[in-house]
Amino acid sequence: MILVNLILILLVGGVIAWIAERQHPGLPRWIALLVILFDLAYLVAAADLSWDKISVVPNPSEAATWLIHYKAEWIPRFGISFELAMDGLSLLMVVLTLVLGAISVSASWTDIKQRTGFFEANLLWTLAGVLGVFLALDLFLFFLFWEVMLVPMYLIIAIWGHEGKGYASMKFFIFTQVSGLMMLFAILALVVLNQHNTGEYSFSYFDLLGHEVTGDMAYVLMLGFFIAFLVKLPGFPVHTWLPDAHTQAPTAGSVILAGILLKTGAYGLIRFVVPLFPNEAMTFSPIALALGAIGIIYGAILAFGQDDFKRLIAYSSVSHMGFVLLGVFAWNSLALQGAVMQMVAHGLSTAALFMIAGSLQERLHTRDMSKMGGLWQNMPRMGAMAMFFMLASVGLPGLGNFVAEFMVLIGLFKVAPWMAIISALGLIVAAVYSLIMIQRAFQGKPNEGLQLADYGGREMLTMAVMIVGLVWLGLYPQPVLDIAQPVLDGLTSLVDGLAVTLPAAPPELADSSSANQIAGVSQ
Amino acid sequence: MTAISTATNTVMNTPLSSPISLVELQSILPLIVLTLVIVLLMLVIAFRRTHGLTAGCTVVGLLLTLASIPMAMAVDEQQMSLLTVDRYGMFFTLLMLGVALASTLLSWEYLRHRQERNEEFYLLLLLATLGALVLVLANHVVSLLLGMELLGVSLYAMISYPDRGKLPLEAAIKYLVLSGCASAVLLFGFALIYAALGSLSFVGIGERLATSSDNQVLILAGTALVLTGVGFKLSVVPFHMWTPDVYQGAPLPVTGFLATVSKGAIFVVLLRLFMEAQLYQYNTLLITLGVLAVASMLVGNLLALQQQNIKRLLSYSSIAHFGYLLITLVAGGILSGSKFAVEAASYYVVAYVVTTLAAFAVISLLSSNGEDEKEDVADLTGLFWHRPLHAGLLTLALLSMAGIPLTAGFIAKLYVFTSGIEGALWILVGALVLGSAIGIYYYLRVIYVMTLQEDNKVIGGISTKPWLGEAVALSLGVLVLWLGVFPQPLMVYIDKFF
Repeated sequence: MILVNLILILLVGGVIAWIAERQHPGLPRWIALLVILFDLAYLVAAADLSWDKISVVPNPSEAATWLIHYKAEWIPRFGISFELAMDGLSLLMVVLTLVLGAISVSASWTDIKQRTGFFEANLLWTLAGVLGVFLALDLFLFFLFWEVMLVPMYLIIAIWGHEGKGYASMKFFIFTQVSGLMMLFAILALVVLNQHNTGEYSFSYFDLLGHEVTGDMAYVLMLGFFIAFLVKLPGFPVHTWLPDAHTQAPTAGSVILAGILLKTGAYGLIRFVVPLFPNEAMTFSPIALALGAIGIIYGAILAFGQDDFKRLIAYSSVSHMGFVLLGVFAWNSLALQGAVMQMVAHGLSTAALFMIAGSLQERLHTRDMSKMGGLWQNMPRMGAMAMFFMLASVGLPGLGNFVAEFMVLIGLFKVAPWMAIISALGLIVAAVYSLIMIQRAFQGKPNEGLQLADYGGREMLTMAVMIVGLVWLGLYPQPVLDIAQPVLDGLTSLVDGLAVTLPAAPPELADSSSANQIAGVSQ
Repeated sequence: MTAISTATNTVMNTPLSSPISLVELQSILPLIVLTLVIVLLMLVIAFRRTHGLTAGCTVVGLLLTLASIPMAMAVDEQQMSLLTVDRYGMFFTLLMLGVALASTLLSWEYLRHRQERNEEFYLLLLLATLGALVLVLANHVVSLLLGMELLGVSLYAMISYPDRGKLPLEAAIKYLVLSGCASAVLLFGFALIYAALGSLSFVGIGERLATSSDNQVLILAGTALVLTGVGFKLSVVPFHMWTPDVYQGAPLPVTGFLATVSKGAIFVVLLRLFMEAQLYQYNTLLITLGVLAVASMLVGNLLALQQQNIKRLLSYSSIAHFGYLLITLVAGGILSGSKFAVEAASYYVVAYVVTTLAAFAVISLLSSNGEDEKEDVADLTGLFWHRPLHAGLLTLALLSMAGIPLTAGFIAKLYVFTSGIEGALWILVGALVLGSAIGIYYYLRVIYVMTLQEDNKVIGGISTKPWLGEAVALSLGVLVLWLGVFPQPLMVYIDKFF
């Protein structure tokens, strides 16, 4: 029930925030913030999350070995149940979602002036949908959350967005929906074919892991899942919705989109694509790796060409999420660890950058960098923050993003050295566009006539949370790695065809110890 | 073998002359009650012309008819010469009566501010409902035609009922001429089939068709004509031309009634014909249905993209929905008449009826203050902010049509997908994905317009709050959600059809 409550708290909180607007327009913000923090506290307090439990390698196909598992009958006609489960990976994602959720409420504090209640409600409902995606292990339920979280997100962009919101929100919805339909097809076909083998309908992840669909059909189904997740990630060439959606969304919307929603795609790849179709995914991996590498370079080059502050960050997201794709399809423990790290670190750094972009727009009413310049003079605190997070996103050693990208590249080098070399080039371009952005916006000759408010206490506190997170991830990433490690070991064993009952098989040992070494290096 | 089947056929055909037993009478109680209600209502109108009284009597009459369903179901399944009273038929009787009830209330809200003499409208509505009930119970071509004509003729008058404006009249004439032609074609088709096979009962047609190999040309020609006629009534491409004009011209509650009861009942009887006559064995028919399905899905969705009028938009969307629905028939054929296809089709019909009616209920509420109908998409601008309940309900209905989870439409789409996959109909499933993808755009466009924050309130205040209509729209909205979240009871019920 803990997992159900986690989602319910957000749903009910949304309704309360909506109603509270009638009392006072500022009230919904406080309610939203408290609801999210309460949810986080509830997770820590109610769930029994001791290190002993986390360090047990879960058997992906056996629910009992997961941290928490909840299952209730729902539509027995099709073997659909209300099944939620949490392992280390979902735990990390849930915590990230809630932390970034609180940050996005802070981002909306002064940005959203109209219909605050409905805004915060949509925000909380989006978070609830995302939690559902990270926790659902019934494929029907997963798909349900996957689609339903779009509706409030769509409303956030369509109602509170900027000038081009109609086009952007529509594009966002249609891209995700159409790819979602392909995934729905893949899910249903998998269930039906599995039913032909076993005689029973079941949408449960645990039952479907053992499906015996092979050949071209399995390849097609794998592609169905892959495309849906690739769109969400977003990967080249289906990333085009992202710059529009990010640019037009209100600040809090961008924070959620970049920080959390993109991670559902990455999560889906790790949780579903490879484990469900290990052989097909491995056959496909050269293409996926190539898409990842192209995404890194292409995203970086496009980011370099932008004048729009938010668009630049959006394209840099395309570039950084390419590393996740590489990490997943390299499919060894090290690269996967890197992918998970990247999900967390990129979530924090991009969220911060979007908040800065939002603050700039709020103060200057433009996102065009050619109209900025010398802002450091006017707003030294904001300038320092922008510098810090840009450096983090470039991959400055000592910060989380560096650890992530480094691990992905090392892991990838073992599998596809050339791909790793090409992708590493993306880091150079990243440094170029980031520094140019800082230069154009914050350095140079200040506009004397401008009177701009620098960051105040609320903003600095929010930034501080993310700084602490990134520094911690950069200097001492071991706890995060330890949480994810057992899960990833369990998942990799599926592909290697090892008996899952032997969690500590030699290859994993070697991998995890090298992961530890890397962590040691960065300390 | 032939001898036996001919023998059963004569048995099936003879009861025409045999007296009707009491049990049989009990089983068709809803039809009898409804007929009596119609006669009584006619007398009531003759004595006292009051809009409210007539509408009230109609509601009570429909409730009485609904109450007679349990009594009718108390006896075993009855196979009569013209009607079959079974779970399938009774379930759809219930659905049709429910829709008629909702339509009555919506019509009352719609008509009361518009014109003086509204009483006969309810008579027509009940007659049309009676026709629909005959259709969903029909097991014989004669009762099929009878029901269809009763429904159709009442609809002509219902469409042209408003005494102001040219559009209703135009729509009614269009529907009259084209529907008349379609009925003639249908009749001729059945005549040819009768000439070739010598039977008009569904089961009889099936048996003769399976055993005899003579007169192939007649059967082929007859089937083609029947398909044309039915295709027209269901408005599948390429027989869809009339749909947008009639939808647009008819008064809103009638459009809703036409889209749900008329199309739904005809599909229900088609499904029964398909199953009882075992038409699913014939590949040519399945291929034809498949072609019609693909054409409807693509054409319907593509044409809906450019519509600025919400009634026309919904008409094209309903064309597309019948394309989706035909997939279940084709899949049923590939799986040699499996129950799954019936289950899928039945669920889809229910979801379609509830969702479509919810959408029309909301739109007709927006127009209930007696002005011109608010039927342009642009009229809905900013609806979210000055009528949140109505906007929310319309959004729900549109999301259900688009097949977003937690709505009835999603489970329906799930069924269609699954049956397509079970039957390995990859082309149809591909067209389904493509069609749904296009569909999202135009449904979403309406939702987007409703979220726009503009101050010019196109839809102003209402003189009297249409609380009855609102209650109907709200309960339909709840039903859309309920069917989407807890579909299991309905699934189990429709699992046992045939």
